[in-house]
Amino acid sequence: MTAGTGESEDEHTGESSHLSQRAQETPPSGIRRFFELAEEMDDLISLGVGEPDFSAPWAARSAAIDSLERGRTSYTANRGRRDLREAIADHVRRYDLSYDPDEEILVSTGASEAVDLAMRALVDPGDTVAVPQPSYLSYGPTVSFAGGEVLPVPTRLEHEFALTYSDLERAGAEAASVLVLCYPNNPTGAVMTREELADVAEFAREHDLFVVSDEIYAALRYDDDHVSIATLPGMAERTIVFNGFSKAYAMTGMRLGYALGPPEIVGAMNRIHQYTMLSAPTTAQFAAIEALQSCDDALAEMRRAFDRRRNYVISRFNELGMDCFEAKGAFYVFPECPPGWENDEAFAEELIHEERVALVPGRVFGEGGRGHLRVSYASGMPELKTALNRIESFVSPD
Amino acid sequence: MEAKRELLDLLLSDARESTEDIARQLGTDAATVEALVDELESEGAIRGYQAVVDWDNVDESHVRAEVELNVELDRETKYRDIATRIAKFSEVSSLRLVSGSYDFAVDVEGESMHDVSRFVSDQIAPIPEVTQTVTHFVMTTYKERGVYFGDGDDDDRLAISP
Repeated sequence: MTAGTGESEDEHTGESSHLSQRAQETPPSGIRRFFELAEEMDDLISLGVGEPDFSAPWAARSAAIDSLERGRTSYTANRGRRDLREAIADHVRRYDLSYDPDEEILVSTGASEAVDLAMRALVDPGDTVAVPQPSYLSYGPTVSFAGGEVLPVPTRLEHEFALTYSDLERAGAEAASVLVLCYPNNPTGAVMTREELADVAEFAREHDLFVVSDEIYAALRYDDDHVSIATLPGMAERTIVFNGFSKAYAMTGMRLGYALGPPEIVGAMNRIHQYTMLSAPTTAQFAAIEALQSCDDALAEMRRAFDRRRNYVISRFNELGMDCFEAKGAFYVFPECPPGWENDEAFAEELIHEERVALVPGRVFGEGGRGHLRVSYASGMPELKTALNRIESFVSPD
Repeated sequence: MEAKRELLDLLLSDARESTEDIARQLGTDAATVEALVDELESEGAIRGYQAVVDWDNVDESHVRAEVELNVELDRETKYRDIATRIAKFSEVSSLRLVSGSYDFAVDVEGESMHDVSRFVSDQIAPIPEVTQTVTHFVMTTYKERGVYFGDGDDDDRLAISP
């Protein structure tokens, strides 16, 4: 291990004769050092946050409160409440996805649990899992926990970090049995069009790869509607789609996600889930039903706010000479370090010390992220303005 | 969303944003924003720009009342005629024709309860078409034009998260 968690050589893993090999080999998260730096700072503005600054819509919170008042604090069905699964089935039709609430949907404790379950259900020891990078930190470790090997597949700035057929070829991904996809992407904000996905789907079909598609940011797409790879010909039977309530409905702490896929895969995931989790948090399930039923307006409003901030930060970075491609999804942009700065880690460290602005160095998300910085615009406009002004005085002091 | 509508949205949430920052958020340039604002103003879509004030935090006495007004119309007098007459008073901060058990909802502001009641009895009630006034003094304002006066939600997010 591990591609996917970036560097962490200065962190030490605990050692005890009782610790499993797996535990000892699991490195601390690549962002931990920055987290600790940020924690020490007063008057810090963090653009390093991977969750919305909004709170969950009031109607969803209110439904959670109601459920508690009525004493609805028991377990639910392993797969999640049936009315929630029905609401999810209705909801995903907007992406042309069609899944049976009884057999093909599993409600999980955050999409994170679903990713872990999918790896355990799909990966045998020694199997290879192709993981495009830069990408979210958890994919690599979940592959390792399942005994698999990570094959990093670098994506490129010239394609605005969309995964291409040739990226897969170049990395030797035909040897893999599973391919991870995450679009709209954390950390780059990249999205993929139907045409771009069609090439990846072709590769997956040709080389018999099963696709694990993390679409948690599907609702946060600013140029066009989200396209799921599962809607392409021949892909539904070889794709597990993940989504959830954390990003679109600003419900990160409620820990609720879901997986959509062929019955035998979802069934296998549920068999693992019933022993390890039993069921996803009940209170969150009530909030989620309400979110799906009545919070489309709140979602649209948050999306509009994100879109304006996105435009704002992209223009500011480009004005500062920090080249920033037009990221069209999630709530991240991925500018390059300014001229004269090659090392994203050094830049981020100096910036936090000098100007008290926290960004995450791109390399943390995999090799392809070197020289870039992940900037989250999940902060209010006043904070974004102050942060960009501070970055400006750091980059061009006069 | 159409650019003009987007701009309106932005101004509704913060009318003090600089033209440059508005342009950046809309992905356009300052000259375009200026032109759109001019259009919105000349079309009468934007009627003004004002601060949302929490008078509890201003060191002076300020009283507001919501006044329900019933009127009687005749062949020569329409709602609009009465409204025009009432709207001209500077004490009246808003005036709306509403459905339901009364005709006009009038917001009246003044320095004291005495000021406001005197205004209603001396200036509004004597208008010949006015048949009844019911004055409700505002005791506490919790939310005004979309701005909540209480504490917002806590932001207890971790400084850095994946």
